[in-house]
This record gives sequence, C-alpha cells and structure tokens, in this order.
Amino acid sequence: MESIGVLMMCPMSSYLENELQKRFNLVRFWNFPETHRNSIRAVVGNASTGADAELIDDLPKLEIISSFSVGIDKIDLGKCKEKGIRVTNTPDVLTEDVADLAIGLILALLRRLCECDSYVRSGKWKYGGFQLTTKFSGKSVGILGLGRIGTAIAKRADAFSCPVSYHSRRAKPDLGYKYYPTVLELAENSDIFVVACPLTDQTRGIVNRQVMDALGAKGVDEQELVKALTEGRLGGAALDVFEQEPHVPEELFQLENVVLLPHVGSSTVETENAMADLVVSNLEAHFAGKSLLTPVV
Amino acid sequence: MSEPSESPLVLVHRTPTLTYMDDHLSRNFRLLKTYASPDPLPVFLSRHAATVTAFVNIGRLKIDAELLSHLPSLQLLVCTCVGTDHVDLAECKRLGIAVTNAGDAFSDDVADCAVGLLISVLRRISVGDRYVRSGKWAKLGEFQLGTKVSGKRVGIVGMGTIGSRIAKRLEPFGCIISYNARTQKQSIPYRYYSDVLSLAADNDVLVLCCSLTDQTRHVVNREVMESLGKEGVIINVGRGGLVDEKEMVKCLVEGVIGGAGLDVFEKEPQVPEELFGLDNVVLSPHAAVATPGALESVASVAIANLKAFFSNQPLVSPVRLG
Repeated sequence: MESIGVLMMCPMSSYLENELQKRFNLVRFWNFPETHRNSIRAVVGNASTGADAELIDDLPKLEIISSFSVGIDKIDLGKCKEKGIRVTNTPDVLTEDVADLAIGLILALLRRLCECDSYVRSGKWKYGGFQLTTKFSGKSVGILGLGRIGTAIAKRADAFSCPVSYHSRRAKPDLGYKYYPTVLELAENSDIFVVACPLTDQTRGIVNRQVMDALGAKGVDEQELVKALTEGRLGGAALDVFEQEPHVPEELFQLENVVLLPHVGSSTVETENAMADLVVSNLEAHFAGKSLLTPVV
Repeated sequence: MSEPSESPLVLVHRTPTLTYMDDHLSRNFRLLKTYASPDPLPVFLSRHAATVTAFVNIGRLKIDAELLSHLPSLQLLVCTCVGTDHVDLAECKRLGIAVTNAGDAFSDDVADCAVGLLISVLRRISVGDRYVRSGKWAKLGEFQLGTKVSGKRVGIVGMGTIGSRIAKRLEPFGCIISYNARTQKQSIPYRYYSDVLSLAADNDVLVLCCSLTDQTRHVVNREVMESLGKEGVIINVGRGGLVDEKEMVKCLVEGVIGGAGLDVFEKEPQVPEELFGLDNVVLSPHAAVATPGALESVASVAIANLKAFFSNQPLVSPVRLG
C-alpha cells in the first residue's frame, strides 16, 4: 500500500503521522506539491480541518476521507455521497474523554478553578480570600443531544445529584431522564446547559439569543454568545470549541465567568492513540476491500 | 425586666469578613461578641465570659489550653469547619467540653472541588485556559496532550463524609476506587489499604481528605510520593499538614510525581512560589467550602447544635474527643 497517496490536512498527531507514513505515501497538505493531486486516494482531516467541495473536486482519485475526529461538519458530506466517496470518523473511543472534560469544564466554571489558580499564583491570596463561587452538586443540568457523549455526561452529572434533562431528535425513555421537546424549554428548565450534539444544517445556530435569554444570567450563535456574556445577560460559559478555531473572540479573554480551552475534548495520550489506530484501520480496510469500521457515508 | 424564657447567652468569635452567621445567631440567641470589643481576646474573655456555657468559633481561631482557661463555665464549643486541628481536643475532653463541627454541611462542595481539581490537573484545564487567553492557540496551534481521567485508579485517604462523596462522584468515570482510613469500613465496596504507602503504590491519583492529627501529619512524605510515581497526581482538600510540603515541591519540580491539585497549604495563605511556574499544578485558595449554599448549611448545623445543647438534646455533629 506504500504507493497509495494519503493527504493529511494539518498536523494533528505525530503518532498518526508516523503510522500513516509507515503504510502509505503520506503527503502533508501544508507542504503540498500540486503535482501529487492525482495520486491522492485518501484524505485524513480532523475536527477543524476537513474537506470542502473545492478540495474534493481538486482530487480526482479521492475514494475515502477518514477523519481524526467524531465531528464531521467540516466535510462536505453531500459532495461525498454524490461522488461515492466514503467517510469515516472516530466515535466511541473518545466518548469518555469528552464527557470527562464536560464535567471538568462545569466545575472549573462554577467553582472558578482557573480564576482561583491565577489568584494564588499572582500572590493575591495573601491579601484576602477569593469570592464565593457557585455550588455544582444538585444543580439542574440540561443536555442538548443525548447520544453517546450526552449519555456519558448524564451518567456523571447523576453522581453529583444533578437532575438531568435533555433535548434530542427523539426521546429516549429507557434512559430515565426528563425529555423536553424543544431547545427553548430545555434552556428554561436548566441551570447548566450542555451542548453535546453534532453540528449539522439543522443544529447550526440552535443556541440562539432566545435560548440564551431563557438560560439567563445564572451553544451556539457565537456572536450572540459573546454579546450575552459581555452584557451580563448570560451567567457564564465554558467553551472547548469555537466557530473559527483557533480564533477565539478576544472579548472573552478578559471575562472572569468563562473558561476557554483549545479544543481538547479528546486530547489525551490514551485517546489520541486509539483515534489514530481507528483512522489507520479504516484506511487499511478500505484499500483491502474490506468493510469500514466506523463509516459515516 | 427580663422575660421568663430569655434567649441563652452564646459567645461568638469571628473575623470581620465571616459575617454569614450574624443574622442566624442574633435571631436565636443573646450574643457576647469578641469582635465588638477593642480588648485583646484574653482580656475580653476574663472580663465578660466567666459564665458563658457555649462558644461559637467562626473560622479557625486556635483554641488552646490558655484560651480555655478564661472560659471556666464552657460546656460546648461549636466549630464551623469539618477539621478540628486548630482545637486542643484533649484539653476539651479533660475539661468536659463537648465539641461540634460542620458535619456534612459542605461535604458536597468539598467533594465537587476535589473532583474539579482532579480533572483540571489531568486534563490541563487551567493551563489550557491561560493558553487560549494569551492568544497562543491562534499563533502556535497545538497544545500539549492531557491524561485520561476515566478509568484511573484513585486512592482516597480518609473515607468519611467527604471521601465517600468523592468516591461516589468518580464511580461513573469508571475510576477504580481504593482507600486508606483509620479503620476498614465493612459497608463500602472499595479495596482497603492499611497504610498510605501501599495505597500510593497501586494508584494513579491520591486524594487527601482525612483529618490532620499527630498520626496523619506529613503522612504523604517523599517515600509515598516516590511510590506514587512520575505519572502520579496528588489532590489535597484536607489540610496542608498532611503533606510534607517542602518535599512535595521538590518532587513536582523534579518530576518525581506528575502533578498536584491543592486547595490547602501548610502555612496559608503562604504558598511555595516554586509552584507558581508549574503547569502541572492547579492551586486554589482554601476555597473548597466557599459557596453560599455551603455557608447556609454550616450556619444551620451550628444553630442546630446550639439549640440541641440548650434543650438537653443530643448534639447534631459532635466530634470524637479520643
């Protein structure tokens, strides 16, 4: 398979790069010689860099896109279906990491852990105690999207005695959590609102001004979110993802009631390796004519 | 003319900022306030507190034999912390003084904080937040990987009201819980270790939430940290004195252990400055109890103990005096 051209869209994992290099003719998009276009039969992207229609059209021999992520909103799926291009992602292996981080973000936000850390490091503690923060245990948690990740978040929130409710495309009565038929009703009935659904045409901007107002000073249309936070209409936000990563609205940098992370939902040593193995396995299966392990298209 | 059932007299001490119990106390009792007088404390007590039977110590004023000698009628000491290492319990026992603490009042909050610190250290939340705010993500891109929390082996030192809540919260993360405590608890399903050294050897994370006593002072020493190992993480929401702090700083700087999440320190608010430059620690200013809900709960427990005392009922949260 060493002659198969695989185009990696951006640096994402040196472990993955090495594994791909061993098996295929790895071409790096950031050093991409134009002449290689016809040799590319596979693309490896990630959550922030996928494959749009233009790129797909530019690679006439493209057969499969294997994403180093579970989110595939940066891949033009319509175009892929049209051209018979397969698409795979990395579900399940990262479910726990993302759920762990969601709880970590809630705790960091409500208990102001990052602020506390800065407070001590700056020496300010010598002059007085930190302000009171907000209790997490017992708060109502509303989850938007009760898939694998949403369910894992719900299980964890349960252990903090948080009543859990959700909105999803369909109700899931077996799980025992309260279902709300609209996002707005979910927001009206939650202290903490967790966004854990995929980004699709139906969900783009779903957390809009109305929803944020319903959440109140105690998602996402990012511009609206920034306004809601800076104007004090929304109590706080903990964000691991942004509309134009790695660019983050700078108005957020000065706010005390936000926690900002550089899309590290699955960024642990353990999980990155598992995700990389899944990307490689999907590619190997495809080129050996076997069934894909985790196909999306 | 005094009413037939006059409110009982209670001695109260607090620092200027800890006002959260003022209303609760004044509604229920007549108060003798140490902080309303310019007199030094021993002088104030000698002058005014000879007949006082109950004392509410809001905060961590040291209660030693000397101070107690000015309170000859004292029968009840109400503390607002869970930890009572600031109180000479042996002397209280000798003098027949009952002591109460905060009971369960902020156990949830401390447990939440412990889990928050654990996730923050392993997943690098606090350093990640600094990374984004500094603009480095946009310029430099990649951020160093963290470590998975789910499935980690967590050894809890102290399985009381706080330790058991920490265990409960970590269970759905698939963490494997084991513990060390004064005695094994038959009713809980976790593996018991009779000493902290062997607990450290078998775990990825050590969470400290036991009381500080002569037996537990510096229970986490160099040997324990070496046993925990270079990927190991210490989370301390107990007392700074549980850890040999100087050694811990060295172990963190030298990479003998992997990281730490610390809410308490040996000489608060002094914190070893070598920690300030480290990305593998998360520091907190003894804030594990600092939520409005927690303070309300502590106030309720204190009032409940006082009312029980004055009506000869069993105390709500008595401390074992050994």
